[in-house]
Amino acid sequence: MAGFDKVVTSYTEALEGLEDNMTIIAGGFGLCGIPENLIAEIKRRGTRGLTIASNNAGVDGKGLGILLEDQQIKKMIASYVGENALFEAQMMSGELEVELTPQGTLAEKMRAGGAGIPAFFTATGYGTPVGEGKEVREFNGRHYILEEALVGDFSIAKAWKADRYGNLMFRKTARNFNPMAITAGKIAVVEVEEIVEVGQLDPDEIHLPGIYVNRLIQGTFEKTIEQRTVRSA
Amino acid sequence: MALTREQLAQRVAQEFHDGYYVNLGIGIPTLAANYIPDDMQVMLQSENGLLGMGQFPLDEEVDADLINAGKQTVTMVPGASIFSSAESFAMIRGGHVDLTVLGAFEVDCQGNIASYMIPGKLIKGMGGAMDLVAGADNIMVTMTHASKSGASKLLAECTLPLTGKGCIKRVLTDLALMDIAEGKFILRERAPGVSVEEIAKLTDGELVIPENVPEMTL
Repeated sequence: MAGFDKVVTSYTEALEGLEDNMTIIAGGFGLCGIPENLIAEIKRRGTRGLTIASNNAGVDGKGLGILLEDQQIKKMIASYVGENALFEAQMMSGELEVELTPQGTLAEKMRAGGAGIPAFFTATGYGTPVGEGKEVREFNGRHYILEEALVGDFSIAKAWKADRYGNLMFRKTARNFNPMAITAGKIAVVEVEEIVEVGQLDPDEIHLPGIYVNRLIQGTFEKTIEQRTVRSA
Repeated sequence: MALTREQLAQRVAQEFHDGYYVNLGIGIPTLAANYIPDDMQVMLQSENGLLGMGQFPLDEEVDADLINAGKQTVTMVPGASIFSSAESFAMIRGGHVDLTVLGAFEVDCQGNIASYMIPGKLIKGMGGAMDLVAGADNIMVTMTHASKSGASKLLAECTLPLTGKGCIKRVLTDLALMDIAEGKFILRERAPGVSVEEIAKLTDGELVIPENVPEMTL
């Protein structure tokens, strides 16, 4: 009996069932808090035709950027895709479809997807290319556009610490999109730095309850810094 | 003389008030954090999920898990808090941030802003800019008044794809501070040594010039 124990012991097992043409919701902001080993496993599996929703698309050779090398991504839903020459080349040639989505709208689309809310109205993007073709409603004299929720076949995310039931704690700004991404995946796979026994996390300090998590794996992380910026003493 | 980047940042900082929660965009807006007056408390919001952003870390303090929206390593001030992206944009969209400062390619006298895309040229995405301009009431745009070839960026109508519609009320350029109201730019301040005529010449949209347009004090 596994009960609520979500722990899997291999990355192969963690992404079992991931097939071509599926939709994946991924956590992370830039390279901060990305599920780097799960991304590497998707590359190893060679899964193709993927639609991926993530704030960014990694950089050349890092993060989701590595899935561009073998053209595994068909469509990217993201708010910011700079810093990635291969991405730009594939987008300009039309190989890669890109749906630029405002950052807050993207976060809310994931949150709504996980919360069973099919769509929501937001002022963000009204009167811009983002609002084109979307339903507009006026509330209290302001215009809002209808944005639909996002649900993925899988979600992949990174947290800091978990208990075996998948109760999660994140660390600093590596939290970012991870909690919402997890809730929006039909199969939510989370990799963490440390797994502790049940009862060792204070229930008041759990950032995301294990109910949203299907598979949990402990990994080691490279944690690449994109812009190392320091001051002198 | 046109304002330097540092002078623009100094003028932005004059918009700060004690107790303000402020979101500063990448570039010149971020520099304004260096000019928060000592007798004032301002808390910086970073849309990747941090309220209470501090200065850049010392070499030994660098933490890959602690970055700002420009992906630079940062620190936290005492009293800082961390939250998810959804929570971050709830505070932005819910109008809880007191002041937002961001850059732009073009602004027009209808309060429209274009800042994220030059078709066929630059396609990087809007990041959080569309949410920030739609969610904040108090927004200041910082930009250069004209292109290097002298083409105005303060237009009658934006030519580039919009980031937001009818949402900008205040623009600071290297030449002037302007408000936008009722389809017009209103000249409020001049950069030191810059004439009203010079500003008028480089402003494409309709410009209202009040009787007294003081020089900025920096």
